This record gives sequence, structure tokens and C-alpha cells, in this order.
Amino acid sequence: MKISISWLRSLCPTDISVDETISRLTMAGLEVDGMEPASTDFHGIVVGEILAVSPHPKADKLHVCNVDDGSQTVQIVCGAANVRVGLKVPLAKVGGQVASGVEIKQSEIRGIESNGMLCGADELGLSSEQTGLMELPEDLSAGTDFADTLGLPDTIIEVDLTPNRGDCLSVTGLARELSVLTETVFREVLILPVASETDTQVHVTLSAKSGCPSYVGRVIHGVDVSRPTPLWMSERLRRSGIRSIDAVVDITNYVMLELGQPMHAFDLLQLKGGIEVRFSRVGESIRLLDGKELILSDDVLVIADQERALALAGIMGGEFSGISEETTSVFLESAYFNPLTIAGKARRFGLHTDASARFERGVDWRLSEHACERATRLMLDICGGKPGPVVVTQDEESLPAVTEVILTERRISQQLRITLAPERVHNILSSLGFGVERIEKGYRCVVPSWRFDISIEQDLIEELARIYGYNNLPTSLPAQALSMASVPEAITRVSRLKSYLVDQGIQEAITYSFVDPAVQKILGDGHPGVSLANPIASNMSEMRRSLLPGLVEAVRYNVNRQASSIRLFETGQCFVECNGGLDQSERLGIALYGQSTALHFSGSRGIDFFDLKGFIDELSMMNGGVSLQWEPGAHPSMAPGQTACIRKGGLVLGVVGRLHPRLSRELDLPKPLYLADLALSSLTEGQVTAFKEISRYPRVNRDLAILVSEAVEWQAVLDVIIEVGDRRIGEVELFDIYRGPGVADGYKSLALSIKIQDLEATLEDVAVQVLVDEVVSRLQSRLGAELRS
Amino acid sequence: MEELQTIQNTAFDEIDKTTSLLSLDDVRVQYLGKKGVISAQMKTLGAMPADDRPVAGARINRVRDAVTIALDEKRKQLEAAVELSSLEREAIDVTAPGRKSHVAGLHPVTRTLDRLNRLFSSLGYEVATGPEIEDDWHNFEALNIPSHHPARAMHDTFYFQDGRVLRTHTSPVQIRTMMTQEPPIRILAPGRVYRCDHDLTHTPMFHQIEGLVVDRDISFADLKGTIVTFLNRFFEADLEVRFRPSYFPFTEPSAEVDVQCVMCKGAGCRVCSNTGWLEVMGCGMVHPKVFEHTGMDTSVFTGFAFGMGVERLAMLRYGVGDLRLFFENDLQFLNQFHG
Repeated sequence: MKISISWLRSLCPTDISVDETISRLTMAGLEVDGMEPASTDFHGIVVGEILAVSPHPKADKLHVCNVDDGSQTVQIVCGAANVRVGLKVPLAKVGGQVASGVEIKQSEIRGIESNGMLCGADELGLSSEQTGLMELPEDLSAGTDFADTLGLPDTIIEVDLTPNRGDCLSVTGLARELSVLTETVFREVLILPVASETDTQVHVTLSAKSGCPSYVGRVIHGVDVSRPTPLWMSERLRRSGIRSIDAVVDITNYVMLELGQPMHAFDLLQLKGGIEVRFSRVGESIRLLDGKELILSDDVLVIADQERALALAGIMGGEFSGISEETTSVFLESAYFNPLTIAGKARRFGLHTDASARFERGVDWRLSEHACERATRLMLDICGGKPGPVVVTQDEESLPAVTEVILTERRISQQLRITLAPERVHNILSSLGFGVERIEKGYRCVVPSWRFDISIEQDLIEELARIYGYNNLPTSLPAQALSMASVPEAITRVSRLKSYLVDQGIQEAITYSFVDPAVQKILGDGHPGVSLANPIASNMSEMRRSLLPGLVEAVRYNVNRQASSIRLFETGQCFVECNGGLDQSERLGIALYGQSTALHFSGSRGIDFFDLKGFIDELSMMNGGVSLQWEPGAHPSMAPGQTACIRKGGLVLGVVGRLHPRLSRELDLPKPLYLADLALSSLTEGQVTAFKEISRYPRVNRDLAILVSEAVEWQAVLDVIIEVGDRRIGEVELFDIYRGPGVADGYKSLALSIKIQDLEATLEDVAVQVLVDEVVSRLQSRLGAELRS
Repeated sequence: MEELQTIQNTAFDEIDKTTSLLSLDDVRVQYLGKKGVISAQMKTLGAMPADDRPVAGARINRVRDAVTIALDEKRKQLEAAVELSSLEREAIDVTAPGRKSHVAGLHPVTRTLDRLNRLFSSLGYEVATGPEIEDDWHNFEALNIPSHHPARAMHDTFYFQDGRVLRTHTSPVQIRTMMTQEPPIRILAPGRVYRCDHDLTHTPMFHQIEGLVVDRDISFADLKGTIVTFLNRFFEADLEVRFRPSYFPFTEPSAEVDVQCVMCKGAGCRVCSNTGWLEVMGCGMVHPKVFEHTGMDTSVFTGFAFGMGVERLAMLRYGVGDLRLFFENDLQFLNQFHG
């Protein structure tokens, strides 16, 4: 909300500076997040009175005027359409300066001397519209300084209120706070009842009592809508960012800004029968002031007459019953609407109005009548007219209850660690409008009707803390009993896994959890992800099922920026629907692209499947974890023959493989991309080391070269050797795979190295040979392997 | 006699002149071989009177030993020279690059979260996590944000058809923790959160970290002390910290926390919009309604909670000016946060 400092000071006459005012409000939770001067830097402007107007001899649209500047009569050429004798206007004297920064000089306009300039509001930076000369009140005398007349210079501050402080959406509310904070007197606007002069009234029926428990209405006859809004009022409205419309509407807006009560004025002649406040009917339509037509459901509170819905209660008036140039009789509405009824409606229709902002947060439910009197007074003063009686239609039971909250001294000292003298507590709370009564070891506090945010003791603690000053309160650290955390050793910390990957030159990435459904479709497992109902963009509308879509996008992003070697990983929740439930567990994704080793003068090579496999096996076996089972696998987005399904125990962990070359081409990736997508939790399962006896006897290495058919997987060879079941056999390593001269087509030669060691004795050559023979004969019988000579 | 001396001198001369191991061996054979010069001298002993033989023999042996030693020394010299010249041929450019696996780095968000974890774990906080697709109750209702609450407008929420939401903050983890743990509770809840907002200064996904302490007799003073200490440790500087009253439905009293601008130390700069202050986090005392929802006994326990944006902290810490960099995954950006 924007408000000018001068208006604020008229209710709270503090002499602290503008900066200090801003600081006090901000530090009390009423954040001022902007300030600007109320006018541009003009000077040398006085009130001028036009004494004579004659046509310019050489230009149809120009006039030559004699203007009284208070000390002399000057001749000025003027082009405004509304120039006329007797008009009082801002006069920029020679030597003066207007908003644009232009200095006014004596000049000749088409041959006629001009000694100054008659100004429009736009030329003084007071309006953004060009509406001719600014017409000043007749009672101003010529020569009066124009800036003084407008109370300039002045500063406009913008207060960004939290949703709980609807009570500060008015000058009154802010001034009350400022007076407490500065210990200055609070000069509330003096409002006296205006006696009725006619009996006319409009009958009001409350058909939705919980939504509108109180409705104050008043008829004013004989209103002259054409009367101009007084300068002081239009200036205050302007400084609050509200455009002047006509006097009646301006008055309702003014009262809203001044007191916080949104009001509405109906054209009495357009009302058919009495007013009914009710919920809308399904399909009922309403045309609003802004010309927009809405079709309503059955839950919108409306102000209706006997024929139709006239206004959206607490949000916006309708077109049919609005004030127009023909209006002569006005029906003023000043009501209390339940915040819960109004909340969400403005949002639904995209109609965030000044009224809805206030009713949603809560308007003082005891203010309606008061505000009606204030508006009546202003209306009579400005537009004339005869008021009818104030008619209050109310359902007491539906009105908010008066809230009482008990505040204990114990709570104050426990929460804030200060002791406040009872007088201090009383002063703070009563100046904020609370009724305060001292009780044993505490206070009984009656919450003012404008504070919708106070219902429990903690709310009062905050009030005390706010006024006392958060930064004046003591600080400490929580006293806590020492306790020792548990450190489960068998669980590998994710940070350890990440460190490993980082040390292998694989950079951590973080990608969005929502992905492009099209990308997920081609990179996924064939199932769609969970869709957002209100995505920010269609390419961010589906929750990821794996980390692949995000990582592939990140690889592409870097390929497009000339990166030649890209190694990325990410961990994070993925979202997979299964058995009617939703699995949100963490996964690990890895993407390797380009060089395996950094370019080096000693040689380097491209990434391949086994680089990735090595990383994953090491992750799995970290911290005593068991090794993974790798099986040939299939995945819609991966290259057949270069894809593996990974299991641990019986559980599928994920998939590892090369992105299908077709997709690489589609995605503009010139080199092969290797990808892994794994369940993270299985990789964190380690085990506490259980020491095994070590052998004191020498170890023997035996290298074998065997010929097997292409169809025989290394895993099968390994399994056969394990099957021999001799505990003297240690590690078995594959150190060469050979195809070519000397090996028949359809066969391959595997070179393996077996470590053999006995726990209890030095192995004799003969014993080793017997063991190796046993291995070879098993390989022969089980896999058709032949020993190569 | 003179002959022996001459033999020795000649041998020394020849050894000295030798330049290769091969010719050195020729010299050895020439003198010490079976048919060599010194062996020939030995053979002359037989023709001598028996009494002279020991003395003469000893003299020949001395010459033989001297030549043997000279040969050995020369051989070592020549071998060293050979090795040296071969090493010279094998000389490398030690300034050429080594073979590296080019250690990468953690994402700056992870790096920041790790630091936060370490800071708070020293105070006994433990990490707690929760799902990112949340139900309305955990994300809003239990946190005292009923459906028509104006505060819902502060959260631009992503919804799913079934009414579930992408969590708008990590606060639902508070609820989950309080429903399963007894005080004293000291947790830190890091993670991804989502808001339907995308512009220069907002990304639809970002990270929050939230702290919760519930125990007997926890006060606002404890909250202030914790925050001030944390911010000074995090930025490794003695910075002024101020607390401004604010509003969150799940805390009362609530506060926004400003820290003296880490860039200009409060003098005013572009980063702090010339205010000298940076808004870095929100906090407050746990609202009794939240305790009620989780079945916590409000007559015994009080608590505080705080929450902050991790990217914001990382931006201030590392001087990153553009939030969007965090999710573009440009290696030129990421590589600057070296492991």
C-alpha cells in the first residue's frame, strides 16, 4: 500500500525524519519496501488567475491571456482548450521550472510575447494524462505558492504488508502503529454522525448471514456528481496510487484509504426493489464495472436487487448500478464480509482489487457505521445532497466474537527472557487498541475488532516483542543435554559415494525434477511420468521417472558449448507409480561422454562401457558392499548388445548402457554417450569388516589362455571356476580377450590369471598343477573350453 | 724386478686409456688371463731357487691384486658412464603435464548444504528428509495454512490431479519428524522445493534447508543466538544480524533475518540494493497449532524453526549473480567449485 508521509503525519504528528519513520515501521514488521518523492522537482510555480482571454491573431488554437500572478499582470500565450476568464491555474513564472526540467523563459510565440506558462497537471508531474489546464479551487488567491498549496514536497512510502496485518491497509492503521512506536499522540479522524434529512431508505435482506453478518446502507438524494473532487483529496488519492474518477467514487476510495473500510456507491435509481446479500446462483451472470462479464457458480457472495446480481460482494461493483454522470441519488454501502467467504474468490476471477485485499484479510467489523458517517459528511461537503437515515442490518450471532486472551508473566519471561513492568505491558497493548485488565500473574486482554491475527497468547508475545524491538531482546544458545549421535558403519554415506565420483572426474549436476514428456518418452522405459496439473511450461510438465532425461539434456547443453569430455552425475528423488502407490526413492544417474582419460601426450582414448561399469562396481563394493550381477539387458533408449541390467541379490538396481546411436543422432550427439540409472539405496548397503585370517605362505599366479565360443560370457567362466570350490583359489582376473589369426571364427581366446594360495602350507608345484588341471577340465566339460598352447 | 714394475705401469696405462667395457675386458685377459702377462710371470717362479720363490711370488701377487683393483674401478666408471648416457637419452620434460583423472566437484548447492550440515551437526542437529510430492495436509494444513488462508497466495503451488502438491517448502519434514520423534528434537531438513514461478530471480525449483528444535524451555533468545552464531560461522565474518517481525502461519512470533551485506559490509551496493542489508532467512517460534496437529504437548514443550534458501546463500557466499546458473549445469560454471 502506498501512502504519503504528510497524510500519515496528519494522524500521527511525529517529528522523526522520513528515513527514521521507514526504519521504525520496517523493524516493527510493517516493511517499507519503496519510497519516492510525491512530485518531480518543479519550482517557481504560483497560483495564477486568468483575467482576460483573446484569440491569437495568427493561430486558431492559441489564446493570448492576461494572468494575475499575485504581484502583476502578465501576458501569456496558451494553447489549452479549457482556458477561460476567471479560472485559477498553476502558473510557471519566467525563471520557474516544470516537471520535465525545462526552465521557463520569456519568449515569442508566433509573434506574440509570452511571459510564463499556464500548466496542466501532467506538466507538473501530477498526472499521466493530458487534460488541459489544471483547474484550481476558486478560493485560492493569485500568487500563492503552488507547492505549498499541495503540501509539497512530500514523500510517498510503499508498505509491503504481511497477510496477517490487514488492519494496516489504511492511514489510520499505520498511524496507530507509528504512534505506538514513536510514543506520539494518535490523532484519530474525528467523525460525527450526520443527521438524516429524508426518510428514504433501502430495505436490506441478509440471506447469507455467515458471509455478510452486517450491512450498513444509506441513501443520499440530490447529489451533484459533476462537482470536482477537491484538490487535497485528489492529491492524497494520487499519492496512494489511486486515479480520481468522480467525486462520489473518489470519496468511497478516500474513506477506504483513510479508515480501511471499502465502500461502494450504487446509483439509487438503478436499484429494483430492496438489496439482498446472498450467494450467487449457478449460471448467474454479472457484468462488472470494468466491462467484464462473469458466469458464477453457487458460492460467490453477491449484492443483488430483486432482479439481478449487482456486485461481487467485497470485490467489485457491477456495471448496471454504478455511478454515472446522470446519477442524482446515491445508495452507500458499508458492510462487513467474512474473510473466509471472500478469500480465494478474487484469485479465482483474477480480480485483485483494493476492496478484496482488505476483506480477505479482515476489515474492522465495528467500523461500517462509522465509515458510512464519514463518507456522508464528505459527500455533503463536496457534492451536496440530503441524507436519509443510516440503516444497519445485522445478525449479531454471525458477527465475529470479541476475543479475550490471557497473557501470563511466566510466558513473557519464558519466551522472551525479559521481565516487563506491568505498566509497560499495559501501555504497549492498550495503545495498540487492546483492552487490558491486570489479573493475578498476568493480563486479560480484549482483542480490538480490527485485529484478526490475534487469538492466542503467543500472538500477544509477538506484539510485545515487536514493540519492544526484536533486536533489543536478549540472545542465548539453547541449553541442551549432551548426547552422542549413532554412527551406523554398515551404511555407506551418500557423501562418500559422491566423493568417489567427484574424484573420478565426474561432476555433480542438479537438473529439474520435472522434465519434457517428449524427452522422457524417448529416454524412458516406455511408461509416462506423473503429470503436473499446472506446469510452468509444457516442457516442464512431467515428473522424472529416472535421472536420464535431465542428464542427457545437461550433456547436450555442454556439447553445444564445445565441451569435449563430459562426465556428470546426479542424485535425487524420482517418481514412479507402482501398484497404485508412488515410489519417490533416490536414484543415482551417471552420464559419460567423450574422452575416457583427459587428452594426454602419452595417448588417450574414448569412453566405453567398461569405464562406466568400473565406476559402478567400485561404488557397489565400497565399504564392504557386495558385488553386482551384470546381465545383458534391454532398454528402449539403449543400444542392443551394449546394455546391461544390474541386479543385487534378486533386486533390479537399474540399467547401464550406451545411448542408442539413433537417439544420439536425433539429439545431435556425435560421440557415444554412456548412461547409468540406479537405485541409490542399494549402493549404500555396506557391511562392517569381519577380519579373515591371512596366509603366511607364498602365493602362486597361474596364467591360462582358453578358447571358448563367442557365446560364452566371462561371468560363466568365472562361475565355473568358483564352482570348483577350492578355497585356495583367490582372485581370478581377465587380462586379455583375443580374436584373430590363430583363433577360429566364432571363438575367442580369454587370458586369465588365477591367484592360488594355501592358508596352512607352501604349495608344491605338483599340487598347483593338479588344481589348474581340475579348473581346465571343468571349463572343458562345462563350457567346451580348450586350453591354448 | 724392474720387469714386474714395468708390467704394472703398462697395465695401469692401458686400463686408463680404455674407453669401453669391451676393450677393458681385452686388457683383463691380456694381463690376468691364463695366458696373460701376469700368469706368465707366475710360471717363471718354477725356475727360481726355492728360497726366493715366496718373496717373488708375493711380489707377483701384489701386482696382480693392484691390476685387478684398477680393472674393477675402471669397470665401475665405464658402467656408470654407460648408464648416464642412457639416462641422458631417456631424459623427460618434467614440465609436461601429468596424467590426471581431473578431479571434478560437487554442485555448489550440495557443497553449501554439506557445510550447513557440518555447522549444525556440531550443535547436535541430525538430517531428516521427506518426499517431494506431498499431500495437502503435510504441506499446508498441519502447518496452520488452511485452504482459504491468504498465506497460500504466498506459495505458488504446483498441483497434481489427485490434489497432491510438489512441496512448497521443506517444512512438511518438521511435521513428519514431530509425529514420529519425541523431544528433544534437533533436525535439519535439506531438499528440493517447488514454486510455480519462473523469471530472472526465481526458478521453479530450488533448495531449502530448515531447522527445527523442540525441547523444554526453548526461547526466542535461543533462536536469535542460534541464527546469529550460524550466520557468522557460515560467512566466516563478524557480521551484524537483525531480526524483523514478520509473518509465517507456522511460527509465532515470526521473524525475517537480515545480515549485514557480505559484499559491501553494510556500506550499500548493488547486491543489497543500497540498503546495507541482505534478507537471508525466516524463522520463529513453532506455532501452538502446529504442535497440536502433531500431538506435541504445548504445556511442556516449545520450539523454534528456521528456513532459508540454499541457492541464495551460495550466491552470496560465492558471489554468483544469476540464479539460473545453478540449473543450467554449464561445466564452465560447475567446474569452478572444485572438489
